[in-house]
Amino acid sequence: MSGYTGGYMGWLSPEEWQVLLLSLKVSGVAITAVLPLAFALAWMLARWRFPGKVLLDAVVHLPLVLPPVVTGWLLLLTFGTNAPVGHFLSETIGLTFLFRWTGAALAAAVMALPLMVRAMRLSLETVDRRLENAARTLGAGPWRTFFTITLPLATPGIMAGLVLGLARSVGEFGATITFASNIPGETQTLPLAIYSALQLPGTELQVARLAGLSVLLSVSALALSEWLARRNAQGKDRHVL
Amino acid sequence: MSFDIAMTLQRGTVRMVYEFTAGPGLTALFGPSGAGKTSLLDAVAGLVRPAEGHIAVSGTTLFDRARKINLKPEKRRCGYVFQDHRLFPHRTVRTNLLYGWRLVRPAERWLSIDLALDLLGIGHLLDRMPATLSGGEAQRVAIGRALLSAPRFLLMDEPLASVDAHRRGEILSLIERIRDELKLPILYVSHDRAEVERLAHRIIPVEPVHG
Repeated sequence: MSGYTGGYMGWLSPEEWQVLLLSLKVSGVAITAVLPLAFALAWMLARWRFPGKVLLDAVVHLPLVLPPVVTGWLLLLTFGTNAPVGHFLSETIGLTFLFRWTGAALAAAVMALPLMVRAMRLSLETVDRRLENAARTLGAGPWRTFFTITLPLATPGIMAGLVLGLARSVGEFGATITFASNIPGETQTLPLAIYSALQLPGTELQVARLAGLSVLLSVSALALSEWLARRNAQGKDRHVL
Repeated sequence: MSFDIAMTLQRGTVRMVYEFTAGPGLTALFGPSGAGKTSLLDAVAGLVRPAEGHIAVSGTTLFDRARKINLKPEKRRCGYVFQDHRLFPHRTVRTNLLYGWRLVRPAERWLSIDLALDLLGIGHLLDRMPATLSGGEAQRVAIGRALLSAPRFLLMDEPLASVDAHRRGEILSLIERIRDELKLPILYVSHDRAEVERLAHRIIPVEPVHG
């Protein structure tokens, strides 16, 4: 991280840069990886009728209602080195989670999932099915109907889900520290760094700087979503003709 | 026969039976609200699956339970004009009109865009969004969108319902022109006797039948 000490980036210490970049990496990977799953779940819950739907709905929402430390413990039971899924993943594709940034990303993804599914499901439920039917009678197959009617109409909700998920994952603490532990440079994201600093005497300034960074990050995410929504509203027809 | 329909629709616990054949021109399905007229059109369009029976239009079988034929809505080539215009709210009038037109092979198109704009008088609306249109304008665009998808027949479900009273005359004349100039078989649903008597070549009463 020494490359970030000079020039205009000097207003953050190398350690702070490390924390910030790790936080961005963890959240970015978590949200990107969980987005398709969240959308698929939202689609199933909004559009399909199947036995066990209530159960699936409940499982998706668990991370929202459980104490995060319990979610972290359940992740340990599932994705730990000797746990069934964890063992399988490490044997087949060499993916391990314990004490690694991938673990922090997994915890962030699981915690963000229910919020993303909720927002996307809601937006899919508000898309008028009669418009989709109209598209079908005009000659569009199910996929074309999805990409030209359903998806554009659901986009604001999908964006909202993304931002909610991003904010949630950047702020994730309990499940991360339980599951992936608190290792500087590997799993120590912003909230964990703030927590660690708070444990030491004489770190008021450091805590304030990290907290400020955290606020800045959240506000940027909000501004980004606003900008995306606005751009989306203006350019709706740009891709056709 | 332009329309050859004999089918049973199951809606919840209610079974509705429809049976009629009709020649070319405009066939009006006339009956009170709740008689299942819209369900009938939805079944012809392929949006609702009948429990039994068959549906054929101009010699093409769209649905036949016994022969296990059930064409997808996008393969039926119907121009469906809905009661609530159902224009796509995120697309301009232009891209609404072109939605079906672009999905038809050029050789199968029988109406040019210029002709459609001229017939419907909507050339000045092209860059507007559907939300800014009046009921009459929106319905004219919806009719244009359906015609430009090069349909083999038209389904019209109370197309005057969302049009202001003083604008109905012009939509009625428009439908008469479509009926007389385009030579498409039309199934037209309404509960207004005067409207039906003015437009229809034949009237088929649709009563709530609980089989």
